[in-house]
Amino acid sequence: MNAKPETRADVTIEFRSVEYHVPGTLSHPILSQITLKILRGETVVLLGRSGSGKTTLLRLINGVLSPSRGDVYVNGRAVAEQDPISLRRGIGYVIQEAGLFPHYTVAENVGLVPGLEGWDTKRISARVEEMMRLVGLDPREYAERKPRELSGGQRQRVGVARALAADQPILLMDEPFGALDPVTRTELQREFAALARRLEKTIVFVTHDLREALRLGSRIVLLAAGQVVADAGPEAFLRVDHPEVRAFAVSFEVGSEARA
Amino acid sequence: MSLWTFFVSHREEILEATAAHLFLVIISMALAILIGVPLGMVLVKRKSLRAFALGFASVLQTIPSLALFGFLIPLPFLGGIGTRTAVIALVLYALLPILRNTVVGLTNLDPAVLEAAEAMGMTESQILLRVRFPLGLSVILAGVRTATVITIGVATIAAAIGAGGLGTFIFRGVAMVSDVVILAGAIPAALLALAADAALGLLERRLRVV
Repeated sequence: MNAKPETRADVTIEFRSVEYHVPGTLSHPILSQITLKILRGETVVLLGRSGSGKTTLLRLINGVLSPSRGDVYVNGRAVAEQDPISLRRGIGYVIQEAGLFPHYTVAENVGLVPGLEGWDTKRISARVEEMMRLVGLDPREYAERKPRELSGGQRQRVGVARALAADQPILLMDEPFGALDPVTRTELQREFAALARRLEKTIVFVTHDLREALRLGSRIVLLAAGQVVADAGPEAFLRVDHPEVRAFAVSFEVGSEARA
Repeated sequence: MSLWTFFVSHREEILEATAAHLFLVIISMALAILIGVPLGMVLVKRKSLRAFALGFASVLQTIPSLALFGFLIPLPFLGGIGTRTAVIALVLYALLPILRNTVVGLTNLDPAVLEAAEAMGMTESQILLRVRFPLGLSVILAGVRTATVITIGVATIAAAIGAGGLGTFIFRGVAMVSDVVILAGAIPAALLALAADAALGLLERRLRVV
C-alpha cells in the first residue's frame, strides 16, 4: 500500500458507528458499532463465519439495505442521500453463482450495465469483447452462449466481466468463488489477484475462507457477531491476538494438513 | 338418428355455434389477460394487496358457474340476458389462473438474479420488464392455458343466459333427452379445449428459458 498520509479524498467508503437490525424487529442487531474506512485502491476482505454480518455490511454500501443507526458514506456522500440507482451504477457487483440473467447471452450479460448507462452499441460490443478477453473467455467462442451452456467457473468469469464492464471505480464481491471446486477456485483467485492489482479499483470482498482472504486482500477485516474484531494487513493478520483470529488460524492449519 | 347423420345434417348450425363459442372464449380471454397480467405486475411489489386480490379471485372461482350467470342477470349495466353478461362471467372465471400464475411467474425467480439486477442499478420497471417478465412468461402462459381450457368448458353454460355457442345443443339435448344432440355440442367443445391446450402448451415450451 502507498505510504502517503490519508486525505479525505482517499476515503472511498466509510462506516460511521453503523448499526443494523432487520427493520420492524427488536432482535439482536446483525451489525453494531461498525466504524470503518476503506481507502481508494484497497482490496479489503471482509472475513467471517456464516451469520457474522459480512454480506449485510456489503449491502449497506450499495444501499440495498439502510443502516438502523449511523451512516455509510460512499465517495464522501451519505448513501442515504444519494440516488440509489446512480450509486449502484457506479459500483460493480459480483455474487456467488454469478446471478447471470439466464435469458441473456454472455455478451448481453456483460454489456448490461453499459447498456443501462446508454452507451452506443458499437462501444458496448468493443467493451464486451475487451472484458471477456480480460477474464480469459474467447469472445468468438462464448459471446453468443447462454449461461446454462457454461461451466460454473466460466459463469463466474462472466460475472466478473459484467461487474467490470462499465469501469466502475468500486467493486463489491460476495463470495464470488464460493460455489466453485477447489481447483477452479484457486485458479480464479490467482487470476483475480493479478487483475485487482492492475485495475486499481477499490474492492470489498466477502469470504469465509481465510486462505482466500490472505491471497487476495491488501487488508483483512474480521467480523464476529456483527462487530469488527480484527483489522490488519495479510502479513500481520495471523498475529492479531483475538480468539476469533485464532479460531480461523486453527481451521486454516487443519485444512492445510488435510491437503498436505 | 345416428350421431354422424345428425352432424352432417346440422353441420352449418354446428359450425355457427362453434364460431359463436370461439368468439365468446376469445373475447373473454383477451379481456381476462388484459386485466390479469397488468394486475399481477402491479401486485409484485405490494404483498398485502396481493393476498387480498388472489383471495378475491379465488372466491370468484368457487361460485358455481351456473349460479354466477344467474347472479349477473339482475345487475344493472353489467347484467341482463345475452353475450355481454356471459363475457363478464367468463372473464371473472378466467381471472384467477391468469392472475395467480402472473404473480407466481413474476415473483418466483432465482433470488441471485434479482439481487444482481438490483445491485447493478436497474430500476424497478427495468427489472419488471427485462428480468421478471421474460423469465416468468412461460408460467404466465401456463395460467392462460388453464384459463382457456376452463373458459371453453364454462362457455357452454353461457347458452343458459342466451349467449349462444355450443351449449345451445347441450341444453337442447337435455330438454329433448337426446344424447345425440348433447354430443353435437359436447364433442366440438371438447375438441376445441384439446386443441387450445395443445397449441398453448407448445407455445409455453417454446418460451421456457431454462
